[in-house]
Amino acid sequence: MIETLIWLIGYQLAGELICRSLALPLPGAVLGMLLLFLTLCVKKGIPTSLNTHVPQLLGHFSLLFIPACAGVIVYWSLLTAHGWSLLATLAGATLITLLVPALLLKLLLARRRRGGAA
Amino acid sequence: MNVTAALEWLRGSPLLGLGLTLAAYRLALWLNRRAHGHPLTNSVLIGSLLVIAVLLGCGISPAEYMKGAQFIQLLLGPATVGLAIPLYHNLSRLKRAALPLTLTLLAGSLTGILSAVGLGAAFGLPHEILLSLMPRAVTTPIAIGIAEHIGGIPALAVTFVIVSGIFGAVVVKPLFSRLRLDDDLVMGVATGIAAHGIGTARVFLLSETAGAFAGLAMGLNGLVTAVLVPIVLGFMRL
Repeated sequence: MIETLIWLIGYQLAGELICRSLALPLPGAVLGMLLLFLTLCVKKGIPTSLNTHVPQLLGHFSLLFIPACAGVIVYWSLLTAHGWSLLATLAGATLITLLVPALLLKLLLARRRRGGAA
Repeated sequence: MNVTAALEWLRGSPLLGLGLTLAAYRLALWLNRRAHGHPLTNSVLIGSLLVIAVLLGCGISPAEYMKGAQFIQLLLGPATVGLAIPLYHNLSRLKRAALPLTLTLLAGSLTGILSAVGLGAAFGLPHEILLSLMPRAVTTPIAIGIAEHIGGIPALAVTFVIVSGIFGAVVVKPLFSRLRLDDDLVMGVATGIAAHGIGTARVFLLSETAGAFAGLAMGLNGLVTAVLVPIVLGFMRL
């Protein structure tokens, strides 16, 4: 577990330092994820500790969002100031943004599969 | 006996926010299991509602709560880095779908920006709200950066991001099952684009592959959106 935490925190720190010094529009953790992914590609394998403990940690990924979500009450008045139109906008936009990429990707993958078979 | 002093100590202790969050999450998981995974018993949604109920019921301020809850929030970064592991397990699939994925990301990011601004404008929402809506689909730290950059209100942007994420996490399973879109890769990528980390956490429970692609799509969508928002704004002001 300790080894896993050192890996993950180390890569996040590296990501944070690079993003901040180059002023990249990316959270350090996301760059850290890409860096760790590249490292695994180069190593051609996953250290045992990461392979055991990361799935356990990610199984409770939802827990980690609860503080930020509960914190939304601070801004509740901002959200309800425009009544339902704001919530309807958020719900509608999220539905559209789920469906458009899903349908497009399905189409592209299906075309590729047909192209590959031909 | 000095119950008042003890309660006063508890209010100031980080253990309160930490324990409350863990207990709310545990209860939400139990409820979700009892309801056979019904989408409305999403653990982020129920967990945060339980926390909010306790905060309001006991008069605990969000700042007092965050003293302890910040330790849980702190783990978000390392957990996000960890998404590299399931992603690596899907390396061959990622390589095969590289081009379709790139095109989907570009189109998806643009859809995310335009759908929110378009609907918001149709509902007659004011200008600074529309600006804060633009980064609605990306992960919180990027959304704050974008909102600041274009003159939106960061606090508002964060709220929009979170509400969108919870909504996406709740609807993704029933929506995609009904439309027969529940392929791991397709569902993961769409969720990462539309509902960032909260959606990623949701689909990770459905399949590790979906979670891995959601995490990748979330990160790249954030990057693409940060680049596209100023460009879209430039076009809209012409």
